[in-house]
Amino acid sequence: MALLEVRDLTVVFERKGEQPFTAVDHVSFDVEPGQTVGLVGESGCGKSVTSLAVMGLLPRRGARIGGTVNYEGVNLLALSDREMRDRRGRDLGMVFQDPLSSLNPVIPIGVQVTEVLERHRDMPRKKAMVEAEDLLDKVGIPDPRRRLSEYPHQLSGGMRQRALIAIALACRPRLLIADEPTTALDVTIQAQILALLKELVQDMGTALVMITHDLGVVAGLCDEVNVLYGGRVVEKAQRHELFAQPRHPYTHGLLNSIPRLDAPRGEKLSPIRGSVADNIPWEQGCAFAPRCPNALDVCVQRTPEQEDVGGGRLLRCHNPVQPVVTEEVSV
Amino acid sequence: MVTPTRKKDRIDALAASSGESDAGVSLAASAWRTLRRSPVFLTGATIITLFVLISLLSPWLAPQDTAEPMLIDQVVKARNEIPPPQPGHLLGGDLQGRDFFSRLLVGSQQTLIVGVLATLIGLAGGLTLGTLAGALGGWVDTVVMRLVDVMLSLPSLLLAFSISAMFARPNQYTVIVAVAVVQIPVFARLLRGSMLAQRSSDHVLAATALGVKPGAIVFRHMLPNSLGPVIVQSTLVLATAIIDAAALSFLGLGNPDDRVPEWGQMLGDVQNVFDTHPQLAFWPAGCIIVVALGFTLMGETLREALDPKSRR
Ligand SMILES: Nc1ncnc2c1ncn2[C@@H]1O[C@H](COP(=O)(O)OP(=O)(O)OP(=O)(O)O)[C@@H](O)[C@H]1O
Ligand SMILES: [Mg+2]
Repeated sequence: MALLEVRDLTVVFERKGEQPFTAVDHVSFDVEPGQTVGLVGESGCGKSVTSLAVMGLLPRRGARIGGTVNYEGVNLLALSDREMRDRRGRDLGMVFQDPLSSLNPVIPIGVQVTEVLERHRDMPRKKAMVEAEDLLDKVGIPDPRRRLSEYPHQLSGGMRQRALIAIALACRPRLLIADEPTTALDVTIQAQILALLKELVQDMGTALVMITHDLGVVAGLCDEVNVLYGGRVVEKAQRHELFAQPRHPYTHGLLNSIPRLDAPRGEKLSPIRGSVADNIPWEQGCAFAPRCPNALDVCVQRTPEQEDVGGGRLLRCHNPVQPVVTEEVSV
Repeated sequence: MVTPTRKKDRIDALAASSGESDAGVSLAASAWRTLRRSPVFLTGATIITLFVLISLLSPWLAPQDTAEPMLIDQVVKARNEIPPPQPGHLLGGDLQGRDFFSRLLVGSQQTLIVGVLATLIGLAGGLTLGTLAGALGGWVDTVVMRLVDVMLSLPSLLLAFSISAMFARPNQYTVIVAVAVVQIPVFARLLRGSMLAQRSSDHVLAATALGVKPGAIVFRHMLPNSLGPVIVQSTLVLATAIIDAAALSFLGLGNPDDRVPEWGQMLGDVQNVFDTHPQLAFWPAGCIIVVALGFTLMGETLREALDPKSRR
């Protein structure tokens, strides 16, 4: 039994007078302690909604959630508000995309760290402050004692994200969900934050769900990768297999649209054509078909089922990219 | 006076601005940088500083006793004569032969007390209702906001007038209560709007994701971040409160004891002799207008400086 088992997670947004919208459709994945699982895809494919559903943060009204989210064998979706509240921050931590807006602007950093410690570990304020200083130190914030009394706007972007990570990890949750934790940061800082996450996950044996649209992040961090398109997992594979041999045309396209230093001069980037808006509903066929270079007639007539194609890879495609033996991509 | 619908829209616009402010403290700092160089703000601030200083020091500044009819022998009711300006009596006397200049100075005290107290009480009531509505939502929100909308749809002066007319014996305190009650819906609607904006903000979601309890979410994370627009509005409300209070006193719904001078009441006293002695109305009216203008200038510039949309 894995630490986190997400089975057939489905989120349907319903609003009066509007068509119900399925943002997440039968998504399943497992995360083991010390393992990093990536959820990858373009904007709007349902990554954040998946993470919010796991954390129990979707609004009660307007969102219908199906499937199960088992944490140590307990279905989180069946817990009461109060039980879920006790688990958030203690068993499950979350790091958000924009570190500035995710911190409370009118409260010093120190208080935002001690707040969780007081809440879940019943620490008295004094002791929590000592612990908070320790935590800030651990995530690599220089001069942590001074930072405790500073406000979010006084910190640099990278330091804010470190502070958020410190807060999320304050109670040593066994599962951490990071929703595009580096998107709002510049490149050098991105690398530092990723290195920090990797280190913490290794040291503490935390299970990490890494949400990103950046395959570079996946390459450096994730053990297993789930590629999402239109709310469904279209390809799931181990990191090395995925990079060496993307089988789904969408994954293939994503990989080909990253600039590579070792690419021959003059070779053009090949971005995926169209946009996420050019979807057909999964019920009719493959949602990616209108943008797919490999599309066949069958793709718009029949929904592709998820198939196990061996080697721990799951694929949802009628006409996958054939494995090319000559092309060696090393990561 | 603004029309009710415009009033509502303005309140909502102000409320929405709090949701966009990324960093409260840095926002305040940048607002201060803008304000320091704004001549409009500085004018307002100077007026208000002077006003507050004068009202605090007026007992010592006033050259004469405000209750003593020392020039009564110069008042000739039959020929409609009042004491003219003379040495020791800069602006002459009023209809009861009291020193007009001293009464004008000391009158600022009442205006300040009434304005500040009414605003504070209105603020307290508005914060309570707004927090309830914004934090609890659901039917509490619906009930509170319906009530607020009804109150906002009436002209504020008419409402204040009706409230103070309900008291059997009007006095200084009934004026304060009446003016305060009228301000409650403004603050309530404003706070509720910014609380709603806060409720869907990233940092509130982040706090929720840490398992922070609902009470702490409201009082530590939502409320302190919603106060910016409310503070700005307080400055504007001070102006309205001063005008409303003066109007009530003018209409005879203020303090019946006219030994304590009050600008609105001074205005009311001279209604009948206005055509022959316009200066008796000119000075208190001018004071009311200038002070209200001072608060408005400050409030409007403050609002603009804090509104992220108007920042370049
Ligand atoms: N509360 C909501 N009500 C209705 N629809 C929603 C809601 N939240 C998200 N959606 C929709 O669900 C879809 C998936 O959104 P989600 O935020 O998960 O995208 P994402 O993959 O995280 O994208 P991004 O990379 O931009 O963060 C979007 O089409 C979005 O419009
Ligand atoms: Mg997202």
